[in-house]
Amino acid sequence: MKLRALTAAATTAALLAGCGGGADTGSEGPVDLRMTVWSANAKHLALFDQIAAAYTKDHPDVGKITFEAIPFENYTTTLTTQIGGGNVPNLAWILESTAPDFVTSGALAPIDKDPDLLPSTTANWEKDGQLYAYPFSTSPLGVFVNTDLVEAAGRPSPAQQVAAGTWTWEEAAATGAAVQKSGKGGIVVGDFDYKGWDTLNSIWAGWGARPWSEDGKTCGFDQPEMVDAMSFVHDLAFTTKAMPGPGVTKDFYAGDAAMVLTQISRAALLEKARFTWDLVPLPKGPAGEYSVVGQAGIGVLKRGKNAEAAKDFLAYFTNAENSAELAQFFPPPRKSQLTAETLAKANPLLKPAQLQSVVIDGIERGDIKPSHTGYAELQQTVRAALDPLWRPDADVSGVMSGVCAKINPLLAK
Amino acid sequence: MTLLLEKPASTVAPPEKAPYWTMRRRDQLAGWLMVAPQLAGIVAFVIVPLGMVGWYSLHEWNVLAGTFDFVGADNYAALADDRELGSVLKATGLFSVGLVVLNLSLALFLAVLLNQKLRGTVVFRTLFFSPVVVTLVAWTIVWGFLLQDNGGVNAFLDVAGIDGPNWLRSGGSAMASVIVVQLFKNVGLNMVLFLAALQGVPAELYEAARIDGASAWARFRRVTVPLISPTILLTMILTIVGSLQVFAQIAVLTQGGPGTSTTVLVYYLYQQAFQFHHLGYGATLSVLLFGIVLVPTVIQWRMRRKWVFHES
Repeated sequence: MKLRALTAAATTAALLAGCGGGADTGSEGPVDLRMTVWSANAKHLALFDQIAAAYTKDHPDVGKITFEAIPFENYTTTLTTQIGGGNVPNLAWILESTAPDFVTSGALAPIDKDPDLLPSTTANWEKDGQLYAYPFSTSPLGVFVNTDLVEAAGRPSPAQQVAAGTWTWEEAAATGAAVQKSGKGGIVVGDFDYKGWDTLNSIWAGWGARPWSEDGKTCGFDQPEMVDAMSFVHDLAFTTKAMPGPGVTKDFYAGDAAMVLTQISRAALLEKARFTWDLVPLPKGPAGEYSVVGQAGIGVLKRGKNAEAAKDFLAYFTNAENSAELAQFFPPPRKSQLTAETLAKANPLLKPAQLQSVVIDGIERGDIKPSHTGYAELQQTVRAALDPLWRPDADVSGVMSGVCAKINPLLAK
Repeated sequence: MTLLLEKPASTVAPPEKAPYWTMRRRDQLAGWLMVAPQLAGIVAFVIVPLGMVGWYSLHEWNVLAGTFDFVGADNYAALADDRELGSVLKATGLFSVGLVVLNLSLALFLAVLLNQKLRGTVVFRTLFFSPVVVTLVAWTIVWGFLLQDNGGVNAFLDVAGIDGPNWLRSGGSAMASVIVVQLFKNVGLNMVLFLAALQGVPAELYEAARIDGASAWARFRRVTVPLISPTILLTMILTIVGSLQVFAQIAVLTQGGPGTSTTVLVYYLYQQAFQFHHLGYGATLSVLLFGIVLVPTVIQWRMRRKWVFHES
């Protein structure tokens, strides 16, 4: 008898355990919201929590709002795995490169478009005139300069060259090479490391090159302007030696390199820098002056529970008042807030002149980093096809044609 | 449990119908309950996922769009058309052969060396075994720094006047680096297994062989190898299966590059399923991997009677 009771109890417990995961008390009481983000920066998260707390105070129907930080390296992979596994977040940050995948797949719920948003910032997130994510961070790329190293190498400062109108890629390369002779690094392209090739758009855009055509159907790697730009990059690595070579790490933020090309939101990493630094626009390329913008959007996942509540919170999180607060970390996409005065208040590390030349001008006319449907596969295929370029004796034109041969079937999909 | 299995004391006449819970049934149930946790684990984490992988491989699953469409054998047909698969299988084979040959030879060599009654053998045993207990990713990250162009390995070679290659950036040296990183991580485990086997070989057999005039090599070939052959079989199966599952080292050190020279099958299926969102095709690659692991295991297991001596 005891044994039978024990068996029955064990069976019941097992059944309950098996069914427990699906229990959902969602319709009763306040709903909880979860947003995936790739920043684990304590200051960022504190600001998000502050905005969320103010929202839940006025919205008793919303309980807890959680910001889940996922490491940047595997962000999209982790997010899509969560979605595939049925653990769908309510809101998610989305990288500009994967915007077409998220927007065209129907994974995101449409959101209202505020007329204050600059058209150049929303283009990547629209389909059929409908906005699918709020471009909360539109961060132009600039060049952070370690002025101590440049001066020690006997080169004119980039800021002087900008003022004189001589800030060109040739000059930047000469400065990089002079610093590298001293044993430090010259020009570092942020997040490139001879793998993240799409970060090179901060260089090739100066040659007027594009990885693929506007409609995404035609490969641009074998076009003359791209071949010229990549020949220049190859020279930087192997001939002029103005850039650390493959497999060599030089950390700009630790004072080991003369310049880094990166998004201005990285200025926060220089708070405790032990060297004097400056921020200047990207050097002039053969195609003239240019800007490049990195972007991130926040979307509402259609299949997440309580999509309406998530939409409402997103509208609050990004309203004019909160956008001004967020501007201290994430350059805003709002026309009304893109003034040197507003940005200066939020970015104490940057001077008004730097904000005007790099941020405001950059956002208004900047090229957004490459994006395409099926981006991860394209990214990986181009990475593998470009690897033969990172040898001193590489045939640049041949390698670039090889890249097109590899990605043409993917672009045609 | 003892309480449950106790025979009920009875002084009355035997009942007409035998009780359901006979001693035999109780024993059976007790046995099942004891293996139940293990069995539940295997069912939940091995059998069910295996079945699901097979099921997924017959579907096209778009996680973003939320669609899950039956496509029959299309994913299997795609294996034949996959232009990358050839180089992936080549890289997988190269890694496995390289690792198995180097690992077993080095492990056996070290075990024979450390089986001698010499000073300091305990220290060396510990030294070679210690990487086994180090976290795999930590071990790999440290090697990643050492193998950089301006890293520790080349700095060491530089002192010796040798201009070392850019280890992780050229096809041949990248594969060699990944193999060596994995070799030193796990060679200690096989070494210990071989050492235990060597210590089980009776000394009188060596003595008899010596009296018969056998050379050191003949003693090793004719006495040692046959007697430790069960361990050779075990370590070979474990190393081959382990080598086919290599992932973390590739993900940390090379991400499959340069080109696709170190894109082994597990890394490729990870890319297809989790990075490129081709979950159905990724599942198909898993089925292929399952087959590839199964074949050598079954062949070796069937062949064991032919070449494994002294099997109990």
